[in-house]
Amino acid sequence: MSTQPDLLYSEAEDDLRAAVRSLLTDRSDHAAALARAESGAPYDEGLWQSLAAGIGAAGLLVPEELGGQGAGHREAAVVLEELGRAVAPAPYLTSSVIATETLLALDVEDADVAELIKGLATGRTAAVLAVPLSASAGAELPDGAGVRGVADAAAADVLLVLRPDGLHAVERGDATVEPLVPLDLTRPLASVTTGSGTGIRLADARTARTAVRRGLLAGAGLLASEQLGVAEWCLEETVRYTRERHQFNRPVGSFQALKHRMAQLWLDVAGARAAARNAADALAAASAEAPLAVAVAQAHCSRVAVRAAEECVQLHAGIGMTWEHPAHLRLKRAKADEIALGTPGRHKEVLAELVSLPAPR
Amino acid sequence: MTDAAELRTRTRALLAAHPPAETDRTDFLEARFDAGLAWVHYPVGLGGLDAARSLQAVVDTELEAAGAPDNDPRRIGIGLGMAAPTILAYGTEEQKRRFLRPLWVGEEVWCQLFSEPGAGSDLAALGTRAVRDGDHWVVDGQKVWTSSAHLARWAILIARTDPDAPKHRGITYFLCDMTDPGVEVRPLRQITGEAEFNEVFLTGVRIPDAHRLGSVGDGWKVAQTTLMNERVSIGGMRLPREGGMIGPVARTWRDRPELRTHDLHQRLLTLWVDAEVARLTGERLRQQLAAGQPGPEGSGMKLAFARLNQEISGLEVELRGEEGLLYDDWTMRRPELVDFTGRDAGYRYLRSKGNSIEGGTSEVLLNIVAERVLGLPAEPRNDKDVAWKDLAR
Repeated sequence: MSTQPDLLYSEAEDDLRAAVRSLLTDRSDHAAALARAESGAPYDEGLWQSLAAGIGAAGLLVPEELGGQGAGHREAAVVLEELGRAVAPAPYLTSSVIATETLLALDVEDADVAELIKGLATGRTAAVLAVPLSASAGAELPDGAGVRGVADAAAADVLLVLRPDGLHAVERGDATVEPLVPLDLTRPLASVTTGSGTGIRLADARTARTAVRRGLLAGAGLLASEQLGVAEWCLEETVRYTRERHQFNRPVGSFQALKHRMAQLWLDVAGARAAARNAADALAAASAEAPLAVAVAQAHCSRVAVRAAEECVQLHAGIGMTWEHPAHLRLKRAKADEIALGTPGRHKEVLAELVSLPAPR
Repeated sequence: MTDAAELRTRTRALLAAHPPAETDRTDFLEARFDAGLAWVHYPVGLGGLDAARSLQAVVDTELEAAGAPDNDPRRIGIGLGMAAPTILAYGTEEQKRRFLRPLWVGEEVWCQLFSEPGAGSDLAALGTRAVRDGDHWVVDGQKVWTSSAHLARWAILIARTDPDAPKHRGITYFLCDMTDPGVEVRPLRQITGEAEFNEVFLTGVRIPDAHRLGSVGDGWKVAQTTLMNERVSIGGMRLPREGGMIGPVARTWRDRPELRTHDLHQRLLTLWVDAEVARLTGERLRQQLAAGQPGPEGSGMKLAFARLNQEISGLEVELRGEEGLLYDDWTMRRPELVDFTGRDAGYRYLRSKGNSIEGGTSEVLLNIVAERVLGLPAEPRNDKDVAWKDLAR
């Protein structure tokens, strides 16, 4: 049995959280995010620069010799909790986690790979893996020139394209990126088409597939922290609102039927925090248990985030259905996150294999 | 302040002076108590050294490695988990010296005389009366769901001493001698066929005032200490992966491919994830306690384990199919230990029904979480300022 995971937050992590939260509180409000999403250009470039370069969040997973902060997954998870709370549109999960982790699994002595990592670590450039957001480490990977449902492609300078002969870095200008209409307005999706000869080859087919799976595993594990953040915001806002809102001459939060639902949600969120921290810790330690920890965190946190957002809308009643109230952005993010990087069912299939609980034949 | 190195030295000195292989179990435990290594965070002279609670692990690890006898935490769980912390918090010096040592050593088993037929979740509605008579109190009433009453030497007891006060205010907390005349223990046979609990009838029981814990009329406040410790001890076990109810059902799944169905597979995987998440939540809670930053998760662990135990054991009976129609044994027994995971799947299924009732129903715990953790407003109450004797019954 391995050593116990560290499931708490360190002081440095608390400081990092405070910095990210303060930035997002000042610069990423609901109205602005909505207006940007509807304009078709969802990113606030200045905000992204402050987060990526100012706070140094983009380089948390990157070793110092490659221009990063030399921190790790536990810290990146804290950033994602805050981005989840704020449903801030930023290519953090896609560029700073998935693409970065994929590149770090390649030959970092290779000049092209190293150059790219350095760019991502400073936030100078953003890169995304050209796979559907729904792709998961445990499933078939797409292979080819046309991919639908790529997240944050619109914000990327470089697309990492998986082809039969390996992984290629393609400048966005050399690709066709066609925006799609996403369920989650704060994480734009696009179809990406690249010509077969374009780009620089970064790795051969085998290395590429291993690396992409590692990127997707880390992405799924840290997505659990984003989901935790979404769920926490939903629970807190619901508690706040139902304490203040009066009906039948009482605060609605004093009705037992509602209290029990919020208390149950709190319990589920406490579980989500433990599961998400466990996944981040296992990834940080490059533990052999990481795939199991990620599968457990995804199976649990996906459900909790969706339920928290659904309860948030229901317990806010009419106001929860409006475009002005920020609840809908959380519901859309939570539901999209449930599919992102593998559904709970997909993660349970992986788990069945890992813990030897096979399906009937 | 005592540190880890000093505790290690003290533990080794204890082992050297009382080699476990050659020392009687009780003698060893008494020596351990006297060395301050029973619960290191307790005061000097009362089994402890005023050390940090988290350092207990240092002592336990050394003793376990040396094969030293442990005090049996299950049989004496009520004493250790509930009576001891309450006596420590509210007892007089004399009470602490009289009760803590035999309690910890396991020479004296404790039970809890709280619940009554008319006062379960609404515990403060209790009607057992204690009337002052010189330097004694005379107690009359009936208690129920009392585990270990047939084995217990002592009981923690709450009784009404002022019927004219509102229900939370007229209660006083006592330490009751179970061998006193007027204490009658009757087994209460339950859903599983065994009698793990008892009814306790109290008729003219005379308790000396020296066995009162806390001030007269202050019993509700004292009882809160007991109840908080009870909930922590119910949910606070440290488990390995698959360590709880999920273990037996996962093993059955692996060993018996012929029982598998797709529907059961989906439900099993969901419960496996839930069990692992509950285990991690418990682990996180322990890490918070060790770091001196106790979180509110404790109130939730009991809720999680109650639901899990019930759903998993229900799934297990169903998985066993034809065998699930059978039960191991309906013979009436009075077990000394309660083993939630023992016996067969049918027993586990039936016994787990109690997990959402004992130590506070899940419904009451959800209210507690909602009000104390989330800060939601209390339900309107019409019993707060009414004298207990005027309440509708």
